[in-house]
This record gives sequence, structure tokens and C-alpha cells, in this order.
Amino acid sequence: MKISEKFDDLDENEAALISYVCAGDPSPDATKNIVSSLVRGGADIIELGLPFSDPMADGPTIQAASKRAIEAGMNPDLYFELVSSISNKFNIPFVCMTYYNLIYKRGTEKFVQDCAQSGISGVIVPDLPVEESDELANACQKNNVDLILIITPVTGKERIQKVTEKSSGFLYIVSRLGVTGARSNIAENTGQLLKKVNSSIPKAVGFGIYTPKQVKNVVLSGANGVIVGSAFVNIIASNDDIYNRIEKFAAELKNNCYINYSKS
Amino acid sequence: MTSKATYGKYGGQYVSEMLLPAISELERKYDYYKNNPDFLKDLHYYLNDFAGRETPLYFARNLSRKYGIKIYLKREDLLHGGAHKINNTIGQALLARYMGKHRIVAETGAGQHGTATAMAGAALGLETVVYMGEKDVERQKTNVYRMEMLGAKVHPVSAGSKTLKDAINEALRDWVSNVDSTHYLIGSVVGPHPYPMIVRDFQSVIGNEVKKQIIEKEEKLPDSIIACTGGGSNAMGTFHPFVDDTEIELISVEAGGESMKSTSKAALHSASLCVGEEGILHGAKTRILQDKYGQILESHSISAGLDYSGVGPELSYLKDSERLKTAVASDKEALDAFHELCHLEGIIPALESSHAIAHVLKKAKTGELGNIVVINLSGRGDKDLDTVIKSSKGEGNI
Ligand SMILES: Cc1ncc(COP(=O)(O)O)c(C=O)c1O
Repeated sequence: MKISEKFDDLDENEAALISYVCAGDPSPDATKNIVSSLVRGGADIIELGLPFSDPMADGPTIQAASKRAIEAGMNPDLYFELVSSISNKFNIPFVCMTYYNLIYKRGTEKFVQDCAQSGISGVIVPDLPVEESDELANACQKNNVDLILIITPVTGKERIQKVTEKSSGFLYIVSRLGVTGARSNIAENTGQLLKKVNSSIPKAVGFGIYTPKQVKNVVLSGANGVIVGSAFVNIIASNDDIYNRIEKFAAELKNNCYINYSKS
Repeated sequence: MTSKATYGKYGGQYVSEMLLPAISELERKYDYYKNNPDFLKDLHYYLNDFAGRETPLYFARNLSRKYGIKIYLKREDLLHGGAHKINNTIGQALLARYMGKHRIVAETGAGQHGTATAMAGAALGLETVVYMGEKDVERQKTNVYRMEMLGAKVHPVSAGSKTLKDAINEALRDWVSNVDSTHYLIGSVVGPHPYPMIVRDFQSVIGNEVKKQIIEKEEKLPDSIIACTGGGSNAMGTFHPFVDDTEIELISVEAGGESMKSTSKAALHSASLCVGEEGILHGAKTRILQDKYGQILESHSISAGLDYSGVGPELSYLKDSERLKTAVASDKEALDAFHELCHLEGIIPALESSHAIAHVLKKAKTGELGNIVVINLSGRGDKDLDTVIKSSKGEGNI
């Protein structure tokens, strides 16, 4: 499913719940069940991390998940097999989040073709700023895969313009500095940052969000989507009743994605 | 992106969106201050009277007699802190001060760059934080004490291979979280543009002095110049002023480690320039040690300072354009060269630098190197005594 279709399907007062988990953590089979729990709980879009040995932009939680996944055998070949086997079972978009070297080594064109064929609708590459993204952007455009670029509190006006012009699917708004991981204080200026970004593409806010209350605040500040990663990964790491807990937690977060709670 | 950002197809700025403004600012400010009289006055004050420049170009008589060619040693081992690293840390710490940053973070492998950063940080009144892999904390303990004595905070890094590449990841994570107050003082000619250029420029003092000194002594330029390569800062600093003198042979010597083979997760060497493939690591496109999927391989060397899976992008470019020759010396060859220099010249070299010496000793008799050879002796070996003693007792695999 295309990302834009998903956003079109949402109600006017509804934001998308975008969940991140690392593919292959703790095993490829577990990922299938985890995805199924996320969808049952109400996730609208699933980011499936393709683990990299040196995840510079990630905090300890996702670093540890990447390590578990690689040790359990996850690699790009298996990743695309896994995605192929689940993407047509669920009617939601899947997004690949990974680091540029894995894309570059496979060959940018081939990587994006593999995304398109296996059912990946978009890619996010945290170590690829817009200035370096031409090759990937061209491959994405050719294969009808969305390139999701990142905007942060330090992205200046001119660069915001460049980023929005090159992005499709959604814009990844990071509201605080630093790496991925749960934080109790997510920036209060999320609303301001969202206002600064003038674009018709949906805006999703991520990095640090892990409680229902934070989700609600982000949605109230005007986001079209909320990205939650480390909180799910923490449940997976606990190895305790993970499928039920993930479903319940996703449902609780999704409940806070409505501005008037009209659906809850 | 400016064309300065790349060396042929290598280099670039493959970093988090959050760092883009910081590296643009760094590029702008460096461009401004590098010719600023006040900045240059401060730089020379610290380089000369604090660090101990200029360093001698020493004609190694005994070595030369035994090996039959004229061997000169550029004595960077005599600098404050015991390695070339301080040329760069003084430059960047000063730049950080001029840019109004009050905190510096650095990664370190051998602990030499961390120590040099701690020295510059203390002298310039900057809060200093150093990330160091746990494995390196173990094998370079005295340097940890030195850094702490100098007031730096040392954070052991337990992720990944627990060596230099993981320390760089962690320093980048710190920088991205504190980018307003903090300058990332990277220790080699690696990372996103403008770092490879800035570090090369600050280290070029080595090559500039060599050029002047060798003319004074020999009335001509040398035939070959040899330096060891980890990230490549002492090599680039020595080579850069000679790149256009194409008749001079420039040779980079990497760590051949235990063997030139790799397992599925790790290379048994650190020879990214010799056998690595094009890829992206720590913000730059360069030659790296990686598996068929692009996962970074851990590296190995008896010397912590060469134990790195990447290499500076400009060195990759110079290799591809055949301006630079690349070679390796194994752990064992480096150890033999270490002892040879101790006994023959009364100099205890760093194990890193011992790789460059090893190459010269190996090739001297073949005539390949020409008659006048300069080796950059990048550091002294006091920090390596434990490692050398253990390996001579056959405890191996350090
Ligand atoms: C004495 C010495 N030489 C060489 C190196 C390798 O670094 P580079 O290749 O950047 O000169 C190090 C690194 O710690 C070092 O301490």
C-alpha cells in the first residue's frame, strides 16, 4: 500500500500511528508475529529497521536490537524475503529504515528495486542528508518508492525547503536533538517546528516519544503522524509476553491519535 | 555541496541531518580563521612553546649503515604527549575556542589522541570528554590515567568491537545531542567534510618541516617518504606538501595484523586502503573493511592506533590515482622493527610507527626505495611496553 493512500484513508481528526521495530529482533519469525500484533493494535504504518553494524543515529535501545538481529542472522537478502512474505498479508504501508552503506553496497538501484518488489513503500536513511541523496532519490522516483527525509530543530529555512521538495510519503520531523530513544521530555517547541514546515506532505513526529500522553500532545500540536520505536523495542527486549503487550500498547497509543477522541 | 567536500569520488558528508548546520559552520569558521593573524599567532605559540615544534629530522646513522640507504626519522615522538596527535588537537581546540564552544568531545584508540585532546583542552580551558572502546581502555591503561589526570572525563564504550570505530560512533552520538555547546575534535583525517581537510592542514606542519629540513641536510628532496596509516592523519600530514612532487614516492603502511584474511565478522588486519572496498563509514565515502552486505568488519592490529576499519577519503583518492603506494606490515614485522630501532638507535618507537619502519627495513636492500628515505616516526612507544612485553612472552593476541 502506498503511504499517501494510508494518509488519505485517515479521518480528518486522526493521526497515523507509525511504529518502528527492528527486523529479525529477536528472530525473523518473531518479526512476523510482532508485525501482526502491531497491526491488530492499530498501527497504520510499520517501519521495519534493516539492522546495520554501526547505527550512529540510534541510542542504546535500538543499538541493542540491531545487534540481536544481526546475531540472529538478519541480512539484506533475508530482510527482503521477510518483507515479501508479510507485506501482502497486511493492508498497510511498510517503510525500510536503514543506513546508507547497506544500500550503497547492494547497489542503490537494486536496493530500491528490491524494496519495490518486496512491498516496501518508502525508505528512511538517517545518515543521508538531502545534499547527498540524489542517487537514492532518482532510484526511488523511478521505482515509485517514497524517500522520507528528516527535518530537525536546527534545519534552517532554506534547507527545509530543499528537504520538502525532495521528500514524499511523509516528512520525518525530529523535535529534539540527539539519537533515538525514549525521553521523558520531548521538546515543547514541536508545534512551532511543525508550523515552520510549509508542505502538503503529511508530517510525522518521532524520536523520544514513548507514552500515550506524549502521543496525544504531539497530535494536538498538529502532527499528521506519530512515530514510536524504542518503546516497542523495549517490550521486545523484555522477552515477556511480547505479542500481547505490543498489541495492547499499540492500541493505547492509537487511542491517543484522535483529536476529539471521537473514535475512542 | 562544494567541490572541496570530495576527493574524486570519495569524501562527502554522510551524517545525520542534525549535524549539517554544525559542519557548515565549522567549514565557514575554519575558512575564516585559518588566515586570521590572531589565530595564527596563538597557534604558533602553542605549537612551538607548548608542544615543542619544530621537531628534528634525525639522520639515523646506525640504521642507515646496517641497511645501506640513508634513513631519516621525523621525530614526532618528541612532541608533548608523545605523538603527532597534538598538532591537530591544538589547532582544533583553538578553533573551538574561537568559535565560542566551551566543550570538546573526542574519540580515541591508542589513547594518544585522547591524551593530546586532554592536554589541549586543559591548556585552553575547555571541558573535555573522551570516548574510548573498552578493549582499548584495557590495553592502553596508562593513557586513561593520563587523560584523567589532565581533567578529561573518559567514557569506556562497550558497544560493537569495543575499539576505535565504536568510540567514533559514540562521540558522534554525543555531538549530535550537544551540538550547540560542543565541538567534535576528531583525531584523524576521517569523518565528514571539512574534517579530513582540517586535520590534514593542521598535520601538514610535519611535511612542511621535512621539506625544509631535508633540503638543509641533503640539498635535495628525498626519494621515498613512508608513514603508517590508521585513519591517516600522520600520513596525510607528512605527504600533503609533497603530493605535487611526483618524483617522490609516497608509501602508506597499514597494519597487516595476524594475517590478511577475514572471518565473517572481523578482519584479522586493518588494511582498509590495501584491500578495503568503497563504502560509507563515519560520514565519508572511502575504502572500508566490510562484508558482502556492507556490514562493517571489526579490524585487528597489535597497535591500537592502527586498529580501524576505515581510512581517510583523501588517501583512498591518492591510492586510486596511483600517487600513493600502499603496503602492510604484520604484527610480527612491526614488533621486530620496534626492537631494531630500540637497539640500534636508542629510540623506543610507537607500535604504530614501527609499521612504517618495518616496511623500510624489509625493502631497503631491494633498491625499491631509492637512496634517501624519510620515515615519519609518529610517536614514542612508552605506551606500548605492556603489549610488547606480553607478546614477547608469547601471550599473543592482545
Ligand atoms: C603514534 C601514532 N601513530 C599513528 C597513529 C595512527 O593514526 P593516523 O593514521 O591518523 O596517523 C596513532 C593513532 O593513535 C598514533 O598514536
